[in-house]
Amino acid sequence: MKRQIPLVLVFTFGVLLAIQYFVPSEPSQRGYEFVLDWITIIGIFAMVLGIWSQIHVGYYKIKHRSEDWQYSVVTLVSMFAMILFGLSFFGGLHGTIFRLIYNNVFIPIQATIFSLLAFYIASASYRAFRARSAVSTVLLVAALLLMLRVIPTGPLADPINQIGSWMLLVPNLAAKRAILIGVGMGGVATALKIVLGIERSYLGKD
Amino acid sequence: MTLHDRLLALDRRWVFAVLTLFVITPLFIKFSVPVTPVKEVREIYDFIEGLKPGDYILLSLDYDPGSLAELHPVAYAMLEQCFAKRLKVITLTLSQTGAQMVEEAVKDVADSCKLYHGFTPERGIDYVYLGYKPYPGLIILGMGMNFRIPFPQDYYGTTLDSIPMMRGIKNYDNVKAVINLSAGNVSDYWVADGNARYGVKLALAMTGVMAADYYPYYQSRQIFGIIGGMKGAAEYEKLCKNPGTAAEAMKIQVFAHVVIIIFIIIGNLAYFLGRRKTAPTQESR
Repeated sequence: MKRQIPLVLVFTFGVLLAIQYFVPSEPSQRGYEFVLDWITIIGIFAMVLGIWSQIHVGYYKIKHRSEDWQYSVVTLVSMFAMILFGLSFFGGLHGTIFRLIYNNVFIPIQATIFSLLAFYIASASYRAFRARSAVSTVLLVAALLLMLRVIPTGPLADPINQIGSWMLLVPNLAAKRAILIGVGMGGVATALKIVLGIERSYLGKD
Repeated sequence: MTLHDRLLALDRRWVFAVLTLFVITPLFIKFSVPVTPVKEVREIYDFIEGLKPGDYILLSLDYDPGSLAELHPVAYAMLEQCFAKRLKVITLTLSQTGAQMVEEAVKDVADSCKLYHGFTPERGIDYVYLGYKPYPGLIILGMGMNFRIPFPQDYYGTTLDSIPMMRGIKNYDNVKAVINLSAGNVSDYWVADGNARYGVKLALAMTGVMAADYYPYYQSRQIFGIIGGMKGAAEYEKLCKNPGTAAEAMKIQVFAHVVIIIFIIIGNLAYFLGRRKTAPTQESR
């Protein structure tokens, strides 16, 4: 039963929703609305599970003084602090403390972490972009041309811009489209395998 | 140790130090970077310019503070353009950590309109901010049926039916287009669920590293425009005749790119010098 019920549910909803996509009638829309509500409810439970898991992992690390356990203290304290200051007693999401922390701690931290990317890209480019073979030379030239697009190069700006656009719209697009189609077909195949009960790994081992 | 050996084994902290220097330097030099708007950026601008006052547009500002530098300039320029055109703007965010940031951006632009356009767009009449809801795919699908399903209230807790500009506005059929500013995979949901399922007219603005991934959708006209990264943002600001932080940040980006290109050239020179030196040795063996 533990395996049959999920299999029946997945098959039923998989087939119904596939049919629903192509039948835009009123009852079909209502059914779709009903399913959307359910997905949201399940999603909320998943969120609760995620929070619980975060607390559990953090608590375990702190209790056993695992490697880098101090980070778990910061994570849990920050999480509970933001939940606390987000409560209406402290003014909620529009409250001063929540906004103060958001604007003066959270935004700078996120912006800093993202901006570090530029430094790693610079370091990685120095090491990785080497004309070791014909293929890596193509990669190197393409990268240089795309970078040159943002640099004012006087009379060369127009041709470089055009070459850059061509690279994005022709070779890049051909490769991306092939990948997208492959991913799409793979997605359909996987979905069919799950709906038909061939792929059962999501049920776990028990 | 020869020079090329040293260069090949260069400590990455040197790269960081030089880049830091070149990122800071342009802040003290007064110059501007010429930008030429490309077709995919111009198409978004032209589309909004072609709308009539009172038309509805949905701006989904789905990015977090980490991408603020690249996407805020587009958001500011586009919001101001929409307000100046007297469009009705529906804004929301599908980024968990973006709710407050987006709210402040929308308020900022609305407040600054008084100064530049002689009127202040009113919340509930000229624009609405729906706030954040989790699970972007579901929210986009839900809005396709009725905005009230995922957003029964706006960010401030006002029910959508009691907001003057939302009366009679049901779903995507009532908006002329959706412009999605994104720093993650929310754009995929907009393409797959918004455009493919509901036929929403869609355009995307995104971080520079993401842009190349979305050109297939542009060529197939599933999206009618792309604004990619700081360069795209600067181009949009230029089209709006509203130079802002992107135009300013382009100076830094130019310097950073020059440094990276120089490092790539040095790295390759060192590599080839090293190869020339080792080649005869191998032959002699």
